[in-house]
Amino acid sequence: MNQWAISLDQPATYWQIWAWIQVSIPNLVFIIMLTLLFWAALLLPFPKGKEKS
Amino acid sequence: MSSGTDFEPTTWTGAARKKWVSTLPPEKLLPEEQPAYVASWIYVFGMLTIVSLIIVLVSGTLLTLGGIQWFHTSSLGHFTNSLHFWSVQLFFLFMIVHFFGKFWMSAWRGKRGLTWATGSVAFIASLGTAFTGYTITTNFNSQWIAFEAKDVLNSVGIGSWMNVTNLGQMVLFHVVLLPIGVLAIVALHVLLVRKHGVVPPLDAIDPEAAAPVHVETADETVAAEVAS
Repeated sequence: MNQWAISLDQPATYWQIWAWIQVSIPNLVFIIMLTLLFWAALLLPFPKGKEKS
Repeated sequence: MSSGTDFEPTTWTGAARKKWVSTLPPEKLLPEEQPAYVASWIYVFGMLTIVSLIIVLVSGTLLTLGGIQWFHTSSLGHFTNSLHFWSVQLFFLFMIVHFFGKFWMSAWRGKRGLTWATGSVAFIASLGTAFTGYTITTNFNSQWIAFEAKDVLNSVGIGSWMNVTNLGQMVLFHVVLLPIGVLAIVALHVLLVRKHGVVPPLDAIDPEAAAPVHVETADETVAAEVAS
């Protein structure tokens, strides 16, 4: 099996941030990714298409 | 034969066609141009969500046709199974970024309330479809999810008709009922986007809402003065 393969048949690792607030690492990665993607979509310039004559 | 909207319908099919064409003319349904403000990455995520949904549906159909034996034992089956799982992750990733973008530009402006509502319902229906997918993978993870969710569904009073520990029922929910619901609501959402146009940024002029500007010609000015 590929060394990068992730077994989904086991509990995820959880990070207990504070008291009752905890998040699983997969969910945290997902949240960080979508936040980065959102800001990248707002800040990165969009490629210009061909000008219509 | 009558065409377009310039006719008096005599049948319900003619009336339906006239209503459809007047509400959503072909040039609005399949436009060739979009306003300049659409040239931004934040406007790409709606289509990325739809592309992911297509991959989810195609890979899911292949899994259904191949069957459990195939996708649990063969390399191609494993690949298709993984493709289904990861395209769902991308589907939700893109949909949430799309949702954020539309929320912060108040996308319900300009009579787009129903477009916003159908998008929200599509999100909730997708959550249900993904959830039932997690309950049918027949491993300890799915068993855990199903038994935790059973308490939640019982507590809100719908456990009697949606039994998440009933594998057969969950399979049918996941491969038939909910995908049809998601597809129907997404199709309606896209048609509403076509009807009302893509929502502009907050500081841009909405071409759909802007009143047509009439510039008076010299002849009209003279005619108005003569009339007065």
